Amino acid sequence: MKKQILDAIQKNGRYSTEDLAAMLATDEETIKKEIKEMEDANVICGYPTLINWDQTDCELVTALIEVKVTPQRNMGFNKVAERIYRFEEVESVYLMSGGFDLTVVIQGKSMKEVARFVSEKLSTLESVNSTSTYFVLKKYKEHGLIMTDEKHESERMLITP
Amino acid sequence: MRNPLSDKIVSIEPSGIRKFFDIVNEMKDAISLGVGEPDFDTPWHIREEGIYSLERGRTFYTSNAGLKELKEEIAAYLDRRFDLPYDPGHEIVVTIGGSEAIDAAFRAMLNPGDEVLLPQPSYVSYEPCIVLADGVPVPIALREEDGFKLTKELLLGAITDKTKILVMPFPNNPTGAIMTKEDLEEIVDVIIEKDLFVISDEIYSELTYGSNHVSIASFPGMKERTIVINGFSKSYAMTGWRLGYACGPRVIMDQILKIHQYAIMCAPTTSQYAAVSALKKGDADVERMRTAYNQRRNYLMRRFDKMGLQCFEPFGAFYVFPSIKEFGLTSEEFATRLLQQEKVAVVPGIAFGTSGEGYVRISYAYSIEDLKEALERVEHFINRLR
Repeated sequence: MKKQILDAIQKNGRYSTEDLAAMLATDEETIKKEIKEMEDANVICGYPTLINWDQTDCELVTALIEVKVTPQRNMGFNKVAERIYRFEEVESVYLMSGGFDLTVVIQGKSMKEVARFVSEKLSTLESVNSTSTYFVLKKYKEHGLIMTDEKHESERMLITP
Repeated sequence: MRNPLSDKIVSIEPSGIRKFFDIVNEMKDAISLGVGEPDFDTPWHIREEGIYSLERGRTFYTSNAGLKELKEEIAAYLDRRFDLPYDPGHEIVVTIGGSEAIDAAFRAMLNPGDEVLLPQPSYVSYEPCIVLADGVPVPIALREEDGFKLTKELLLGAITDKTKILVMPFPNNPTGAIMTKEDLEEIVDVIIEKDLFVISDEIYSELTYGSNHVSIASFPGMKERTIVINGFSKSYAMTGWRLGYACGPRVIMDQILKIHQYAIMCAPTTSQYAAVSALKKGDADVERMRTAYNQRRNYLMRRFDKMGLQCFEPFGAFYVFPSIKEFGLTSEEFATRLLQQEKVAVVPGIAFGTSGEGYVRISYAYSIEDLKEALERVEHFINRLR
């Protein structure tokens, strides 16, 4: 049941518990209980909205930063990662296999703001050895949803046998 | 001037609800629950394969029966999914949708006056195709109390010494009924004993909920008397690609191939290449779509239950077939008023045979959001009728 709920809400966080209960052929209480359990266990971590800022008047830049770090004694990478993900402007932090250690995704109002974050906050951390910053030029797809698609009217006929 | 027309074709009624369909298709602002095709786009890897085949310049005819590679994939698929081993060399013909396969199967098998048992409610094209092939359609009225299944009793009651073919339209459009292994077991003996042939339209075979589809051809003694019709439209959301196939014993398939060869030449080449990808890599897509359909099915049943609309629970295809008998309207009146008053389009059950009267077909090839909005309007409508 938990997996079914997750699959259903993964791409649409707005289903009501009543709708979910109907879709999964169970009762609303069960849905509420399962969701609560998953929220408590940090399986469901939140319900953000996927926004295509490019379509708004707001200026927003996204950058992806490859970070090489020195893991700390007894703490491995987690402590370093925490010192990075605690910054408000950091969107995502992933521990990577391969040629560098952490991917940090950050969002800022301008390139200048992102640059300031990297030079003043990130690279100054003592366990950070090096950073490479890549600016995102355009977002095509996020969270499994295509962001560039023009909304097209369905071309299905209204009624067919 | 002499009469330019064939009496046979003129004698076929244009679909009784053509007029209703025309009204609906003119109403651009209507919410439709009337569509008989998936709402999903064809999975990208399939479309990509079609595009690639065009880039490679694969724009020629294929052999009449279809691409060798596709027939081999079809054979492997039918064996893997439904225990149906067919020889891709002689027992499979790739057609333009399931529709062509239906037409060609009747034409290959019927002699003038042969009777064809046609369980109804069922898809609209069987009856005209039987008539075009000089057969005599003999409707069998399926009943809601039997779950719209074909029972042994109904079958026995319809057989005469002229009966040659039984059409098996399961999973069923429009009722959503399926025939389980046990249901089929009931009738298989009759079919063999009475020496009937079966045309089994299994186009919705991937869309069953709770149990896997069982093909009647998988029963001992049935494969040699059954033409299995299937295709890509419903399972892989490929309606516009027009691709299906017929499988059966070589003695019949040779004749079907002859019709196909002269009338059609071959199925669209691009579609055939795309379909290879569907069969090779499409299992996860089918599963994803089936899960979504099932959630919508559950959703509709719950909503009908809440609004007190009586509906038998369907376990296949993507249709529900609620009863509207309590309102004392014909299915066409009901659908017309629902369209005029609430701008929701459903298909009157009468479109699928006289035994469909008293029901309407609601498709759930729509998103939950669309279904929700439409069902609110349906609820409003029936509350006013009550």
